[in-house]
Amino acid sequence: MNRSTAPVTLLLSALAALAACGGDAPPAQSTAAAPSAAAPSSAAELTDVEMEQGIGPIRDLELGPIDLALAESGEAAFTTKCSACHKIEERYVGPELGQVLSRRRPEFVMNQILNSNEMVQRHPVVKELLAQYYTPMPVQVTDHDEARAILEYLRSVQTGASSTSNGTGGDR
Amino acid sequence: MSRTSNRSLYLIGALVAAGTAGTYACQGGGGGAVGAGDMASAAQAVYVAPGTYDEFYAFMSGGFSGNLTVMGLPSGRLLKTVPVFSQYPENGWGYSEETKAMLQTSHGFLPWDDAHHPELSMTDGVPDGRWIFINGNNTPRVARIDLTTFETTEIIEIPNSAGNHGSPFITPNSDYLVASTRFSVPIPNRDMSIEDYRGNFKGTLSFIRANQPDEMEIAFQILMPGYDYDLAHAGKGPSDGWMFFTSYNSEEEHTLLEINASRKDKDFVAAVNYRRAEECIANGAGGTSQVRYRHNHFDENHIAVSEELTSVRVIEPADCENLVYFLPTPKSPHGVDVDPTGEYIAAGGKLATVIPVHSFSKMIAAIEAGDFEEVVDGIPVIRYESVIAGEVENAGLGPLHTEFDGRGFAYTTAFITSEIVKWQIGTWQVVDRIPVYYSVGHLMIPGGDSRQPWGKYLVALNKITKDRYLPTGPELAHAAQLIDISGDRMRLLLDFPTQGEPHYAQGIAAEIIQNNQVQFYALEENTHPYAAKSEAETRVTRQGNQVHVQMTSIRSHFTPDNIEGIRVGDEVYFHVTNLEQDWDVPHGFAAMGAENAELLIMPGETRTLKWVPREVGIYPFYCTDFCSALHQEMQGYARVSPRGSSTPLRWGTGGTWRTN
Repeated sequence: MNRSTAPVTLLLSALAALAACGGDAPPAQSTAAAPSAAAPSSAAELTDVEMEQGIGPIRDLELGPIDLALAESGEAAFTTKCSACHKIEERYVGPELGQVLSRRRPEFVMNQILNSNEMVQRHPVVKELLAQYYTPMPVQVTDHDEARAILEYLRSVQTGASSTSNGTGGDR
Repeated sequence: MSRTSNRSLYLIGALVAAGTAGTYACQGGGGGAVGAGDMASAAQAVYVAPGTYDEFYAFMSGGFSGNLTVMGLPSGRLLKTVPVFSQYPENGWGYSEETKAMLQTSHGFLPWDDAHHPELSMTDGVPDGRWIFINGNNTPRVARIDLTTFETTEIIEIPNSAGNHGSPFITPNSDYLVASTRFSVPIPNRDMSIEDYRGNFKGTLSFIRANQPDEMEIAFQILMPGYDYDLAHAGKGPSDGWMFFTSYNSEEEHTLLEINASRKDKDFVAAVNYRRAEECIANGAGGTSQVRYRHNHFDENHIAVSEELTSVRVIEPADCENLVYFLPTPKSPHGVDVDPTGEYIAAGGKLATVIPVHSFSKMIAAIEAGDFEEVVDGIPVIRYESVIAGEVENAGLGPLHTEFDGRGFAYTTAFITSEIVKWQIGTWQVVDRIPVYYSVGHLMIPGGDSRQPWGKYLVALNKITKDRYLPTGPELAHAAQLIDISGDRMRLLLDFPTQGEPHYAQGIAAEIIQNNQVQFYALEENTHPYAAKSEAETRVTRQGNQVHVQMTSIRSHFTPDNIEGIRVGDEVYFHVTNLEQDWDVPHGFAAMGAENAELLIMPGETRTLKWVPREVGIYPFYCTDFCSALHQEMQGYARVSPRGSSTPLRWGTGGTWRTN
């Protein structure tokens, strides 16, 4: 059977963040109701690095030339996990992503993918986006390599290097 | 309509306490009330602070609800209802196309059953938290619930059985579950006079292989005299390899059993050597009975399939020497419970004044010595005096069920006197007793039927509620009571209501289950034939009058959310794939006018709702499970045109229409 499990400790913080999308109050104002000592206060100050690269496991990526094979697998993951809400060319449920790397650092993009719940709760840039778009970005990807492949796909559409520059996700 | 005022209700409550409570009438209607200090200490004992977890999972049978309910102990909080034998519109169980087959039987699709005894899987005689099983009492079945998903994944029907009460008790390594027929019937079942019961109606004891998921099978059945077979428990330790079944109605009566089946002073516990059955069958004993029964389970796409089976192996005690022995047991025994060491077998004679406790080693010695008082239908009856270890006297009236604390004490429910009696193994002396409210049936100590009980709490599962809660009209929630058994004296901590009839329950330390939970299904592993694993894969196709909508849901929209080209009388199948890949984000799906339930679709899963629109119009559908701030926007429209209409089939989300 198809199953995915994750350690409970990790889930506690996820649960805390999820509480923000279950209530009637505007999500940006919700606070974590679940018991998570690990969940940081929403008022916590961010470091300059966190402001720039986002909150999460990714720091100071060294990116080489675009790996087209990696970008292709990233496009497949993007189609399954992201395209319901993000298009390449246009705003949809979330912001367009064709030019996201001109707005954000690649570390920021990967941290947003892998650690969306905390980013939505704590990062002022993402909080502002939530106030604009209302739907908090769900965690769809937990695998570092998959997030990295999606980043490569976004790099490829940014530069037009992909053979299918629109991608399936942008085909609307 | 008959009404009762509050005041007369209290009077009734007092009468009940004085009446059914019988010997402990001194407790009064507010039974269990204690001093303020005791109350504070009881409250502290059951308080589970916000955001913290209970220490035990309790799995309560839903009884006549056909479900299993999951509660936390010591708080008594309801955590989940797991639908098993009954359709459950709350999540579409038995309504969705993927789950309907789970409720198929040889009698057709059955929307209900009566679920009595949850039984946790075991390894080495200790609950291991992999699965829990439960019986369907009315139309004989046994179900497996997977404890990583809390979902029923398999149901097997029991042929040659009627009233699967004595089930599904498990052997120490989950090799077998048993299913004993409460009602004896003609085997094979046929048209004959009920008056010709004696000698023609038979009982069966079925042994079901249980340790491979999706592969339950009936290994063999033992054909027994036409008694009522009631409950069972497996031996363990020295008695491993034996299964003990209670029976009553050894009078073989077919009417007014209340009187007619209560004439004899003793009925029987049947001791079955199932390893011996394996040997006999390996040597060719017994035959094959031609029957029809169903085995339902999920296939590799997580879609239930129902397979019809047509034969079962049946052996008779006469075919296999040393297979079954009868232990005489007073009087109309109900429960049969084996202590943690495996040496003692306590039987609750529901009309008896003592609790008889048999000794396994004495039983073996008597068998070796041929110490039998008679032979009934080819089954030797061991002399009572040769097998009994002790009788617990002054154990209350109507002793039913016993569980153990692992410290040398046993706890038995007394139905008629509404109390739990604690007694010592070996001395057979009652050492403590506590009234319960009211008319207790089963009791449960987490692991209390296993080799290693967690002897901290005891749950009394009471049959009568009366004045324990705020009244709710004629029907009241059933009552469970939590009792602290960690000290010398039992201490009542908490009353809590339950769903349906909490007939029996099982409990297990939370950590065995809680860290092993499936949180979502991986989309890339979804092999449902109608899955749409991305919005790019969504489509609507017509095959004759069938319309298949392959739809996705994600916070907070469906794709497609506009559908045209459906006609009156079409069979529309909404195959909804939940694209979310995170914990606790199910989406719901409901369509106006659907003669059906809703769907709840877990993240990564595909579930299908069938809808047959009867009139033209625009039909909204929407997400029923509050999912986000824009949940109320998660909606769509289906257009239904007249029969034969040429409205083209088209669909889309966000303003772009697609066609085939």
